[in-house]
Amino acid sequence: MRLKLVPEGTSFDFFKRWKLWLGISALMVVIGFASFALQGLNFGIDFRGGTTIRTEAEQDLDIGTYRDAIAPLGLGDITITEVFDPTFEDDQHVAMIRIEAQQDGEALSSQVIADVQAVLDEVAPGIKFISVESVGPKVSGELVQTAFLAVALAIGAVLIYIWLRFEWQFALGAVAALVHDVILTIGVFSELQIKFDLAIIAALLTIVGYSLNDTVVVFDRVRENLRRYKQKPLSEVLNISINETLSRTVMTSVTTLLALISLYVLGGDVIRGFVFAMIWGVVIGTYSSIFVASTILLWLGVKRDWSKPDNTTGNQFAKIDA
Amino acid sequence: MLQIDTWKRVLIWLVCVAGLLLALPNAFYTRVEQSNDAYAEIAVQGETPERLAVAEQWPEWMPSGLVNLGLDLRGGAHLLAEVRVSDVYAARMDGLWPEVRNTLREERGSVGTFRRVPEAPADQIRLRLSDESGMTRALELVRGLANPVTSLTGAGATDITVSGQGDMITIALSDEEKLASDDRTVRQSLEIIRRRIDEVGTREPTIQRQGSDRILIQVPGIGSAAELKEIIGTTAQLTFNPVVSRGSDAEENPGIGNKLIPSLDEPGTFYTVESAPVVTGEELVDAQPAFDQNGQPAVNFRFNTAGARKFGDYTAQNIGAPFAIVLDDEVISAPVIRSHIPGGSGIITGNFSVEESTNLAVLLRAGALPAELQFLEERTIGPELGQDSIDAGKVATVVAFVGVLVFMVLSYGMFGFFANIALILNIALIFGALSLIGGTLTLPGIAGIVLTVGMAVDANVLIFERIREELKAGRGPAKAIDEGYSKALSAIVDANITTFITAVILFAMGSGPVRGFAITLGLGIMTSVFTAIFVTRLIIVMWFERRRPKTIEV
Repeated sequence: MRLKLVPEGTSFDFFKRWKLWLGISALMVVIGFASFALQGLNFGIDFRGGTTIRTEAEQDLDIGTYRDAIAPLGLGDITITEVFDPTFEDDQHVAMIRIEAQQDGEALSSQVIADVQAVLDEVAPGIKFISVESVGPKVSGELVQTAFLAVALAIGAVLIYIWLRFEWQFALGAVAALVHDVILTIGVFSELQIKFDLAIIAALLTIVGYSLNDTVVVFDRVRENLRRYKQKPLSEVLNISINETLSRTVMTSVTTLLALISLYVLGGDVIRGFVFAMIWGVVIGTYSSIFVASTILLWLGVKRDWSKPDNTTGNQFAKIDA
Repeated sequence: MLQIDTWKRVLIWLVCVAGLLLALPNAFYTRVEQSNDAYAEIAVQGETPERLAVAEQWPEWMPSGLVNLGLDLRGGAHLLAEVRVSDVYAARMDGLWPEVRNTLREERGSVGTFRRVPEAPADQIRLRLSDESGMTRALELVRGLANPVTSLTGAGATDITVSGQGDMITIALSDEEKLASDDRTVRQSLEIIRRRIDEVGTREPTIQRQGSDRILIQVPGIGSAAELKEIIGTTAQLTFNPVVSRGSDAEENPGIGNKLIPSLDEPGTFYTVESAPVVTGEELVDAQPAFDQNGQPAVNFRFNTAGARKFGDYTAQNIGAPFAIVLDDEVISAPVIRSHIPGGSGIITGNFSVEESTNLAVLLRAGALPAELQFLEERTIGPELGQDSIDAGKVATVVAFVGVLVFMVLSYGMFGFFANIALILNIALIFGALSLIGGTLTLPGIAGIVLTVGMAVDANVLIFERIREELKAGRGPAKAIDEGYSKALSAIVDANITTFITAVILFAMGSGPVRGFAITLGLGIMTSVFTAIFVTRLIIVMWFERRRPKTIEV
């Protein structure tokens, strides 16, 4: 009578084709890299500087007309995209206009924005500027640095924490999985040319957190089982551990995805890119904790002599009582 | 085994109740907000029946802290400005020049004649002496004008450096003084921006210093960044300068120590004024919109003691001469001094509308910005977009919530139901904590909460799966529950600490919306660990004590 996503007592062999899985991951990482190198990321203004204007008009939207209207202002490269969302009304036509960063280090002046509004008002009377965001190139350069630093710091801090709590092989496995997840996420953003802005960095760091969460749960069980089954080969212990935690892994991924998908569908277009990154990250993070982190652990081998005094519940946190 | 001390039980429930109470005002957001505003008005402007009625919409004894809504949810404007700290150097040099000139002139006998070199950079004074033999004495005299730097780091240093080479003396600010001056300039700008925005009376503006020379300004509810910039008044610098001459030639050479400034209301008219002002807007203590004797809008002003003395002395000595009232490098008016003005108060007349005179008064009262602001980042978010985001976020959160609740009950039955109670408490605790610390909810913050909903069950899932394993291993119900909790704990702690580390890094490095996300994520981790290892456990133990089941199914 219970809903069981994973049947009881599974004994899948996750390492029978470990070369294949690592190969697939490596291939995806390469594709991600190649895509990043060839077409780069569709950086938002946070990272590239420039101005985005979100417009809303009642008339049908014709991108060409908008473009022709703005062109005489001589603002350089202009990108106009129409935004669609199921939550919009019938007469709600939304466009995003992106204007490249201007020469000086400052944000676009209010006067220019007023000019843009004036010319657009002629082709689409009553057009409203729902939001206007302008970032000068001086700041955007710093934001890129800070973002990279934040991701690197997070990965470094986690490496150290897992190293302290487990062994160095675990830390390497976890970090390999993390780097894998981050690269694949950036790869998807590059491949699909989804706008990459500050919020996506937050999503990336959350993926880092989530992926770790998953990896740590599996590793925690591995550590416990290594003490329990002192004679079994490592691959068997890893398999037992992954199978034992499989039900939990799937349950948590499903509840998280349930929440994220509802946000993706119903949460409006403003945060859709952000939520997409997280959904992708949850899927990839779940996959990588089994097929990347554990496989690398198997590959590196692990110290089997846990000479610490040990009961089945042997670690300092197990003594906490509610 | 399954024993929890009474004091622990009481404590756990107290935390939950406190969280619920703190979160409650957010369920009646508009009402509580109006009530809070009304109380604030009563405190400032006194009690009226209407205000009291609005204030009493929410009982006074209830907690009334609300979660602040970020700009992306409420709409408003965001500016990141860089203070051009070096602007001040030139002003300092111009201020120093009369002093240098007078000091050297008094000793013309030993120094000889000298003149200021006009081609020097704006942040230096260069003097060319007619006779190199006067150099030693001149250097000595100018160095005598230096003052010690007033800052902790610059202790022992003087504010200007004076060097002589050949027949040339160069005077500039010392590096220590520049540092101290930069810091003062940014602080002063911050304070002035704060006062100007407060004058307009908007709700909860954020005005923060960022790094060494930047200021972040966020004002919710304001129409656009352009409007905000108008309030801040990018370069409202008021000075009173002696007028040298008046003409219509824009190319005219004003001569050393003078500058050519256009007139505000008479196009084509230019005034040559002395660069060093008699008095500046910094010495104003009050300015009020008023009307002059002809009934035209004007601004009344009053100087502080030092300003009043300078203004009084100057007007006494220069009766019959014109002086210019200069705002942002435009001459507002250039009246002729008719008599000695001793009290330090006066009136600025010009071709103002009533609105203009009111704005000018506000600008003057708030003081002049010491340096120009350069805007690096400007964002305007319309209130409609924010409201759309809130609505969409609400729907998404509710759907996510219901989905997870149903899923948990389907998967774990009674235990899933217990976990759901904890999940609801969890959300209340997040909102309670956000209200308590005055945190800001942003759109990514809502995503953080939704993510927490999904992930909060993780700790419970870990525990329940463990209990299942223990039951399968043939342990009795009580033993299985106990073991389930203690064995799952290390995984829960490790998993959540690693996620918490990333939340902390996000908070430290991020800004604005990203920081909002980090706050909800971090709080969510703390509350979900609390609810999973304390609250559900307590609920299960209480249920177990009452029923004493022989077998349990998880």
